[in-house]
Amino acid sequence: MKNHVWRPLFAVLALVVGILVFRLFYVPSDFGSGERGFMYSYHRLSNEEEWKAQPVKYSDTGKTNMHEFCGECHSDVVEIRTEDLHGTIACENCHGPAFDHPEDPETLVIDRGRDVCLRCHTDLPYTTSERKRIPGIDPKEHNVDDMCVDCHDPHNPRLEEM
Amino acid sequence: MIEHAADMIVHGEAWTIKELFVLPNEYIYWSIQIVMYPFMTGLVAGAFVLSSLYHVFHVEKLKEIAKFSLVFSFALLPVAMMPLLLHLQQPFRGINVMMTPHFTSAIAAFGIVFTTYACIVATELWFVYRVYFVRQVEKIRSQELKSVFDIGRLALFTALTLGAMDTSKEAQVKDHKACSTMAAIGIPVACFLHGYAGFIFGSVKANALWMTPLMPVIFICSAVVSGIALCILCYVITQEIRKFMAKRKMARWADDPGAPTVEQLEGAKQEEVSMVSNYLLYFMIAAVTLEILDMIFRGYTQVKSWDILREVLLDRDFTKIFILQYGLGNVVPFLMMILPGRNVRRTTIACALVLFGVFMMRWNVVIGGQAFSLSFAGFMHYHLPIIPHDAETFKEGFFGALTVMVTPFVLFYFINKIMPAFHKDEDVVH
Amino acid sequence: MERRDFLKNSIMIVAGASVPLSALEFVDPKEVLAANLDIHWAFLLNTHKCVGCGFCVKACKTENDIPFNAKVTRTWVERYVYTKDDRRYIDSPDGALNGYTESRIDLGQGNFQEIDPNNVGKAFFVPKLCNHCETPPCTQVCPVGATYKTDDGVVLVDKEWCIGCGYCIMACPYGARFFHPTDHVADKCTFCYHRITKGLETACVNACPFGARKMLNIKDINDPNTQIILNERVGVLKDEFGTRPQAFYIGLAQEVR
Repeated sequence: MKNHVWRPLFAVLALVVGILVFRLFYVPSDFGSGERGFMYSYHRLSNEEEWKAQPVKYSDTGKTNMHEFCGECHSDVVEIRTEDLHGTIACENCHGPAFDHPEDPETLVIDRGRDVCLRCHTDLPYTTSERKRIPGIDPKEHNVDDMCVDCHDPHNPRLEEM
Repeated sequence: MIEHAADMIVHGEAWTIKELFVLPNEYIYWSIQIVMYPFMTGLVAGAFVLSSLYHVFHVEKLKEIAKFSLVFSFALLPVAMMPLLLHLQQPFRGINVMMTPHFTSAIAAFGIVFTTYACIVATELWFVYRVYFVRQVEKIRSQELKSVFDIGRLALFTALTLGAMDTSKEAQVKDHKACSTMAAIGIPVACFLHGYAGFIFGSVKANALWMTPLMPVIFICSAVVSGIALCILCYVITQEIRKFMAKRKMARWADDPGAPTVEQLEGAKQEEVSMVSNYLLYFMIAAVTLEILDMIFRGYTQVKSWDILREVLLDRDFTKIFILQYGLGNVVPFLMMILPGRNVRRTTIACALVLFGVFMMRWNVVIGGQAFSLSFAGFMHYHLPIIPHDAETFKEGFFGALTVMVTPFVLFYFINKIMPAFHKDEDVVH
Repeated sequence: MERRDFLKNSIMIVAGASVPLSALEFVDPKEVLAANLDIHWAFLLNTHKCVGCGFCVKACKTENDIPFNAKVTRTWVERYVYTKDDRRYIDSPDGALNGYTESRIDLGQGNFQEIDPNNVGKAFFVPKLCNHCETPPCTQVCPVGATYKTDDGVVLVDKEWCIGCGYCIMACPYGARFFHPTDHVADKCTFCYHRITKGLETACVNACPFGARKMLNIKDINDPNTQIILNERVGVLKDEFGTRPQAFYIGLAQEVR
């Protein structure tokens, strides 16, 4: 083609080819769509495995087999708990995530603060809520300077056994 | 154990103040740079449309301002991208938009539409300036003594000719025709470039203020308005500078007897400005009509979101919307331009106000859309960071916006050295 | 394709058959289920059971490395208090990371509203998290394909590919997304993908003492939680957006949005 008018087009085509070649090296080879099609699942497929590989911190087995992991060694405490009021609370809520305990970490940091108990046991005047069925105190009045665990046994919190 | 360490500032927290019930993760995530983004793309699109009026519809009177606005639109181009890069949390990954475009997203089109548009503007400029490039090459080649600077210029201009050195009449006619074609292709692309910026907002169904199919059209109209206003403003200012230089016999007025005289410059300015400001008026009427229609429609239909929208539009943001945007930015300049006795100075002031009005419109859409919570039970207030205390408050603060504002003028200065916007090409057949 | 399916099925059958034979040490039935592609994860929340203790928020932030002192969270609990003279108050201080230990309502900007205990009409707590919508607007608008819905129904973000434009955050009608304070990419609830694919429950379900949160496979009609969704009257948040949320609620009120 003799016509000089087409020259910018060639420059643009060269640019496009350049971008496409760069793209070939830049984009991970596993980029593609999943079952839900381009609109909802266009992604780097290996990212799913990366998410799966994230380490688990709370190691207890969950609601279905409550305290199973912890009970393997600490069966004495776990037995009291499962039949008691606080049996529905996962051990790690207060004892902290277990990771690979007892190897790593060897000991867990237990949260003994008032804050933990007050999450449920602050009295709120909500008669229509389940919250009202839990015994509550006014944190600004009730033994302000003491830790709850000084008097109450969190594993066996029945007041008559105090 | 819950640590009570110093609070970690999350993105958006620095400039967001929450009132009543706002969801924990809600902040004003899209701030000043996202206001700048449609404002700047609007200017690009508007400037280009103005230049196309001459090239496509052969409005001869616009010849000079058309050339200027084409070069200026090229200078604005990189700046349309700048606010986005300053806004991104991972600016170095910005290239991903070109690499793995997810076309169901309005933003994904950005890379491709933007590049297409840049190519069109560059091509059009090439047709306009090709002969000039060839003349420059010939001129430098004919020089006896060449400095390093000249050699650099020679290389640059030789590259810019793309090897097309033919300056015969036939070749120039071809240039001119091709230029018109590019301008004709460019108009829809420019409208698309900006219309989809409106689509980015208009398609967010989660946002009660943004979601309207009118958004792209409103954005295009106000884009053209702002683009034309900026071109008039810059044109008048540069003409004034040139008049000043002509009076003082500076630069090329010192040795070039063919340079335009003060009277010629003034005459050209009068004629072009009055012509262009009529176009400005037409587009302004369209833009404001659509915006008001949108608001009336929301008030009349009163869907679930209206309660909170009413409070934002008619109460909390009243000053920003009705006084600054519509009053100062639309009504005042409109009156200034339609009342008898319009002159260049009055038009220029009106244009400055129009630019401000369009900026406020972008602000009220982008920030106003985030002024209320998704819960419809709380509000968020935006405080523009002025004095930056870290990279984020610089980027998404007053000085970041200022950087974006100033860059096109700096770029124009340099581009003007290579492609002089006011160069009179005697031998080009037009 | 057919051959692949055949292989997949045979693995399933072999794995399934080996459950009663082996001493459950080599093949955990839950892991078999987790490897089965016929899974669609969903969530069930009971606002009647929630007491606003916020253990779920604490567990989520711990499990997923969202700093406690950053005011963003993958899951949160809202408090709704209606007075007898029909005023409505909603708050969620720090997303209920520390639970609700005060009866006054947080109005933002350092203002609080005390409510006369005798004037309290109904009051309840609503836990929230990503709804993992069937048609998620957030993944639709991602310009680079950095967020997506997996085949088993979980919406995830690719932290290596996200450019941080925030469009997904804007597109989510539920406010479930935010910018991670240290990674500087969009972040959201993953349904603890690393746990549920190993047969564990999510950190928040694990931590909830009251059973207000339940995880389920909605394709398994024998799942007791799926049965609840099939038999009870459940609702979803903001269905007018056509997002088809997969977090189902028992006991919603119209103020809960």
